[in-house]
Amino acid sequence: MTREQAMVPEAEFRSYYGQPVIKAPIWHEPHMPVYLYLGGLSGAASTMAAAALLSGHDRLGRTARVTAVLGAVAGAGCLVAELGRPERFFNMLRVFKPTSPMSMGSWTLAAHSALTSLALAPTITGALGSVAARSASRSAASRSAVSRRSTSGFATRVAVTPPAFAIRAAVTPPAFRPARGSRWSGGFHGALSGEGAVGALVAGLPVAGDAAVVVSALTGPLMATYTAVLLADTAVPAWHAAHRELPFLFAGSALASAGAAGMLGTPAAQAGPARATAVLGAAVETVAGAVLERRLGLVGEPYGEGRAGRLLRAARALTVGGGLLAAVAGRSRPLAAMSGLALTAGALCTRFGVLAAGRASAADPKYTVVPQRRLAEEPEETP
Amino acid sequence: MAECHPVGFQWVVEAQARGAKVFHVDPRFTRTSALADRHLPIRAGSDIVLLGALINHVLRNELDFREYVLAYTNASSIISGRFADTEDLDGLFSGFDEETRTYDPSSWSYEGTGEEPAAGLRGEQLEGGRRHAEAAGAEQYGSGGAAATARPPADPELRHPRCVYQILKRHFARYTPEVVADLCGISEEDFAELAGTITANSGRERTTAWVYSVGWTQHTVGAQYIRTAAILQLLLGNIGRPGGGILALRGHASIQGSSDIPTLFNLLPGYLPMPHAHEHEDLAEYLTHAGGDTGFWGRKRSYVVSLLKAWWGDAATEANDFCFDYLPRITGDHGHYTTVLGQIDGTVKGYFVVGENPAVGSAGGKAQRLGLANLDWLVVRDLTLVETATFWQDCPELETGELRTEDIATEVFFLPAASHVEKDGTFTNTQRLLQWREKALDPPGDCRSDLWFYYHLGKRIRQRLEDDEIDRPVRELTWDYPEEGEYRDPSAQAVLREINGTGPDGRTLSGYVQLQPDGSTRCGCWIYCGVYADETNQAARRRPGHEQSPVAPEWGWAWPANRRILYNRASADPEGRAWSERKAYVWWDAERREWTGHDVPDFEAGKPPGYRPPEGALAEAALAGTDPFIMQVDGKGWLFAPAGLADGPLPTHYESHESPVPNTLYGTQANPARRIYDRPELPYNPPMSPRFPHILTTYRLTEHHTAGGMSRPLAYLAELQPELFCEVSPLLAAELGLDHGGWATIVTSRSAVEARVMVTERVRPLRVQGRTVHQVGLPYHWGWGGGGLVTGGVVNDLMPVVLDPNVYIQEGKAVTCDVRPGRCPRGTALLDLMEEYRRG
Amino acid sequence: MAERMGFFTDTSICIGCKACEVACKEWNDVPDDGFVFRATSYDNTGSLGADTWRHVAFIEQRAPAGGDGGEGIDRWLMSSDVCKHCTHAACLDVCPTGALFRTEFGTVVVQADICNGCGYCVPACPYGVIDRRERDGRAWKCTMCYDRQLGGLEPACAKACPTDSIQFGPLDELRARAEERVTALHEAGRPEARLYGESPDDGVGGAGAFFLLLDDPEVYGLPPAPVVTTRDLPQMWRWAGGAALTLAGALALCFGVPSRRRG
Ligand SMILES: Nc1nc2c(c(=O)[nH]1)N[C@H]1C(S)=C(S)[C@@H](COP(=O)(O)OP(=O)(O)OC[C@H]3O[C@@H](n4cnc5c(=O)[nH]c(N)nc54)[C@H](O)[C@@H]3O)O[C@H]1N2
Ligand SMILES: Nc1nc2c(c(=O)[nH]1)N[C@H]1C(S)=C(S)[C@@H](COP(=O)(O)OP(=O)(O)OC[C@H]3O[C@@H](n4cnc5c(=O)[nH]c(N)nc54)[C@H](O)[C@@H]3O)O[C@H]1N2
Ligand code: SF4
Ligand code: SF4
Ligand code: SF4
Ligand code: SF4
Ligand code: SF4
Ligand SMILES: [Mo]
Repeated sequence: MTREQAMVPEAEFRSYYGQPVIKAPIWHEPHMPVYLYLGGLSGAASTMAAAALLSGHDRLGRTARVTAVLGAVAGAGCLVAELGRPERFFNMLRVFKPTSPMSMGSWTLAAHSALTSLALAPTITGALGSVAARSASRSAASRSAVSRRSTSGFATRVAVTPPAFAIRAAVTPPAFRPARGSRWSGGFHGALSGEGAVGALVAGLPVAGDAAVVVSALTGPLMATYTAVLLADTAVPAWHAAHRELPFLFAGSALASAGAAGMLGTPAAQAGPARATAVLGAAVETVAGAVLERRLGLVGEPYGEGRAGRLLRAARALTVGGGLLAAVAGRSRPLAAMSGLALTAGALCTRFGVLAAGRASAADPKYTVVPQRRLAEEPEETP
Repeated sequence: MAECHPVGFQWVVEAQARGAKVFHVDPRFTRTSALADRHLPIRAGSDIVLLGALINHVLRNELDFREYVLAYTNASSIISGRFADTEDLDGLFSGFDEETRTYDPSSWSYEGTGEEPAAGLRGEQLEGGRRHAEAAGAEQYGSGGAAATARPPADPELRHPRCVYQILKRHFARYTPEVVADLCGISEEDFAELAGTITANSGRERTTAWVYSVGWTQHTVGAQYIRTAAILQLLLGNIGRPGGGILALRGHASIQGSSDIPTLFNLLPGYLPMPHAHEHEDLAEYLTHAGGDTGFWGRKRSYVVSLLKAWWGDAATEANDFCFDYLPRITGDHGHYTTVLGQIDGTVKGYFVVGENPAVGSAGGKAQRLGLANLDWLVVRDLTLVETATFWQDCPELETGELRTEDIATEVFFLPAASHVEKDGTFTNTQRLLQWREKALDPPGDCRSDLWFYYHLGKRIRQRLEDDEIDRPVRELTWDYPEEGEYRDPSAQAVLREINGTGPDGRTLSGYVQLQPDGSTRCGCWIYCGVYADETNQAARRRPGHEQSPVAPEWGWAWPANRRILYNRASADPEGRAWSERKAYVWWDAERREWTGHDVPDFEAGKPPGYRPPEGALAEAALAGTDPFIMQVDGKGWLFAPAGLADGPLPTHYESHESPVPNTLYGTQANPARRIYDRPELPYNPPMSPRFPHILTTYRLTEHHTAGGMSRPLAYLAELQPELFCEVSPLLAAELGLDHGGWATIVTSRSAVEARVMVTERVRPLRVQGRTVHQVGLPYHWGWGGGGLVTGGVVNDLMPVVLDPNVYIQEGKAVTCDVRPGRCPRGTALLDLMEEYRRG
Repeated sequence: MAERMGFFTDTSICIGCKACEVACKEWNDVPDDGFVFRATSYDNTGSLGADTWRHVAFIEQRAPAGGDGGEGIDRWLMSSDVCKHCTHAACLDVCPTGALFRTEFGTVVVQADICNGCGYCVPACPYGVIDRRERDGRAWKCTMCYDRQLGGLEPACAKACPTDSIQFGPLDELRARAEERVTALHEAGRPEARLYGESPDDGVGGAGAFFLLLDDPEVYGLPPAPVVTTRDLPQMWRWAGGAALTLAGALALCFGVPSRRRG
């Protein structure tokens, strides 16, 4: 079947002045593809953070947590930009609708953002506490302020103030912690702030943060793959038909992105698993992409043609190149950086390319009409 | 019809659902063709050939409804021996004067009339065609009952060589299917199908209807197109019967109303002729010429006197001829185009333009604007600032330098008008149905209804009148309608009531037969008498169709006398029995000794079929119980029109004025009596000119309305057809290098206009006289401004002013043009292009 | 729920007058769609969209299947398209805000005050009906004149249609009427007449607005065999779940979780 479709002769079909039958996705660029990238990045990163937590890769774990938050927050920003007003995002949460991947995605994003933020909270509060010994209430206030601040400033601050206790708190798997976290970490904060209630709250953060990290290992993979369902659950032929491969494409791409971020944001010595992740991600992405185009036949054409084709070819080159670089980078900073950048660019190209392919397949009535004609004429045929 | 009368077309669709077969004869494949069972593409301007061939087919094969033809038409009447046909004179009838290009129709009359001025024969005919062509319109005759005698000599065997039937046979003999193929471009097979279908669908059991609109009228032979159809329908027995007839689809919403109560220069209300300054000195003289003495025109004195009483009330008395002298007089042709040329010549100084946009809508666009620019004053009443009101600041002649705003001295008054939903009143539609309409909302701002305008203008004028004798007619006018509302709108109900008329008791009359010749009744329009019967606005009746018979007599009110089908006496046989059960409509109830049926019988209710008029009888008493055409002097349907037409008693095929092909039927190329002008502003393309090889036909689109003042400013309509386009066949496009969606420039000797190109198989090249003739279609709705959201070239700038001699309608459907790829040059470059074409 | 109401658009008697397009815009206060000469026969609005909820297609055909194919046109198809008010409406299924809902008349309506313009419904519709209006960032489409129906009136487009090409009524009645019409046309020698969207067994569970066509649907710009995309949603989630597990597994692999734990 796959082979047959790949070899179909030039499709003959009729249409209304060559006009599209369906509406192309109207989502704006760069908002939408960047969101897809960021969602994947954040999703994979949060999972990576959990893996790091569980495996004790503290430094890499911290990078992953930060990446996860950044990805989630920036991704939400992209969504809001797409919608025009923040309220419009919150409007998504007025219903919970399993038939709508976007509804599910919105809830996932909401939960994921909260979890990744929470996961990072102890890091920040800890940082503030340690460096300035400020009151807990103020640290809480600045936390919330920080989380709204420009991401680069935020990232820098975390990067330059590595508080030892935070790392300690973070690297301790929740499973090995006492059930009542207040006692465990209360010492620092209670002593520092001297304010019971807030102190207790702050004191609870590392535990909650780690718990959040672990839970975000559930939302993370969803974040990285729900967007594939989001696209596939449309009438866009190139997307709908690709509903098997797209999740893998995105999952691979997300892994590669997170690996890249890990490589970029972590000293090479501690970034080993990130490199492995990058290599594996690149491989999954490349394989999924190849399978997709092969299996889809006619409907897969748009992935190889025009702007989408160019983007996806670039994506493939960057991903394969980035993956290979990651494989050989070892402790070389420049090689890791090049790999990370290549993979990031590749992942972005993938998203722009997939969107472009979707648009192209919606714009040409051939992709709607020909498969449906076949279906109409051989209704027995299974998809 | 689907294009321009989409709401009416629902009945065609319904008829089709019940088995009717629809043919569409049109140069182009239109939305009507799309639903028709057959589309017959025809060369624009050649319908008389097609219809004539159908007549020939009927006559040659004796397929006419003989009983009907014998009893109800003038087939057996014998025509004067002085009559000579086009067959004898190579395309001319007897009586043509080469110099004045007019006919003296006296030789066309029934035997025994013509020679002597018989009673009822009107001045125009006696004096020959000159005056006719100048001042008259066929409306006067057609309805006024052109002169003839009630009982002309006849041969019921139809053998007399000069009986109408035989003349007809000879006249149409040359109209064969081969000629149809050669001149119309309709194949012999297609013709055979059409001929077979219409004849099979006529007779006792079945009827066929013809429907037309301006595709048939805007020709130099327009009136004769309709005459041809009328002859065919009479021969097939399709007049006065349900499902038959010739349905004229009228134009603007109440254009029927504006011919009934006319905006035409040569008519008074109810198709009474306008008196002529030098020939109708008094009422008596006027009446001798105003219509026949037999048939219902015989009551013309009652109609005129009641009209004068409605207008001048108590001031109109027997002693002063009921103020007949107060009526304005005409002195010649005061038609639209003559008026415009008068403006250019400086003889017409002021101009009221009410609900019209001649700068865009009338042929010879440039001449229209030059006329406007040469006025002292111009009043425009319209819904929007149409081009006619703004020409002085934005017309195309400013760009070419032919006009300069600073030089235009015309004082323009624009007075915004209320639209049809902002006032109450009636519409009279295509089937003479008056429907009352309530005002839906107040007009915005300074907009006022036209009724308000004329009424208050009249009041203001009257306030300023001195005791001067010359002003007496205006001073004494009845001008006293009740005023309503904030703006003191005159009551439209009161106007309708005045039109209906009142009796001596001051109560409304219920029908025109109540009108009296002695001044005891008043009536503003005799044919509308009854619309306000029982002091009730009958036009406002709205009983749903399912609550009444299929004729639906209680929906609105139709003139005359609420009859829905005219001359419906013809739906019964001479004995008064329905021709068939299936087609029963009105019939004679012998028991109750009256006419009865589904509709109001168009006959005197108590006149039995056996009635024979006594010698010397007048008016309707002169007609027999078997004469259904009660407005005609002889009560017959006229196959041959012994009087009443300016260009011949029988239709003859003439080529259009600018036709690209020769007339192969006669030596006379075009209608010899057509009205042409020798004016530098309005040059003509020479016939058969290689410079202008294609036929140009103009028309409407469903999405727009006429000159566009009501559709171009509306986003929802403008978006549906945003640009002027020309429709050309793929073959012509290939020949000329026109790109679909690109630009083309259409050129005539008047001007050039650019349009987007629509290459479409809907326009097909025709084989005519052995060569390929291309037709180019242009809708004419665009202009340069008019508050339009969309603008475009004025197609009428391309059109010539050449008129049908009967009704003075311009030839807008079949002229010639050239087409060039690309856009139109602007400014002086356009003038250069025109010069190039004129030089040849 | 009241009786399910719908449209039967009989394109064999459409005269392309576009009264339906105009009436819809008048009643629903839909903005114009721009003034573009499209050179696609007499169609200058192009397709259904946020600013055109009824759209009349014009198709000039030289020789239909089985026609004699002489010189010139053989037929000019006209068809007024509209939202199908699908039994299984993808737009409604995927709407994340609940702005789209099913009314008591069985129709699918967007609530403008709830729609957040996410645009998801747009590519979800298998007929390309619903669209986002960029100037207000909301999705719009035919409501089957929900407000008029509530007031006991028939939709504006159907009311305006002179030839009754657009028929409005209880869906079951319309389906029966449509069957009769197709039979009549077949008997009249027009075998090409067919119904489109009337079958409850089709990919969208039957359209609330179905059509009588005289040619293949794609000729009118309609999809030949549309399927509501959410039919495959469970499957999609399964594949996504697989991918998600793969992602998690891959990371576990890379980090050696839980084997390599450091203190
Ligand atoms: N939508 C819309 N409706 C209108 C109007 C409008 O502007 N828009 N205008 C109204 C008015 S004022 C009028 S007068 C009527 C006019 O109604 P119609 O007469 O229907 O209007 P036209 O489109 O001018 O011409 C009709 C057809 O005549 C064809 N034709 C041209 N020459 C010939 C010929 O020689 N023989 C034959 N058989 N056909 C020929 C043209 O191709 C065209 O399709 O419509 C009224 N209704
Ligand atoms: N080339 C070409 N030329 C043609 C034709 C053709 O087929 N081809 N057809 C001819 C025909 S049949 C016609 S009827 C003419 C039409 O040509 P015109 O009569 O010159 O043009 P319209 O646009 O119909 O003008 C009517 C005006 O009346 C205004 N109006 C509407 N209601 C009212 C009202 O209540 N009061 C007032 N005061 N104004 C109102 C409208 O806004 C509009 O501007 O065009 C003729 N010209
Ligand atoms: S515009 Fe008026 S007159 Fe013309 S079709 Fe429509 S309803 Fe009839
Ligand atoms: S046609 Fe499209 S917009 Fe209409 S109900 Fe179906 S899915 Fe929704
Ligand atoms: S654009 Fe509006 S109607 Fe469409 S899916 Fe989003 S919220 Fe729902
Ligand atoms: S039902 Fe109402 S909203 Fe829908 S197309 Fe018709 S008029 Fe427009
Ligand atoms: S109103 Fe009716 S006839 Fe006119 S275009 Fe619409 S569906 Fe066709
Ligand atoms: Mo007209």
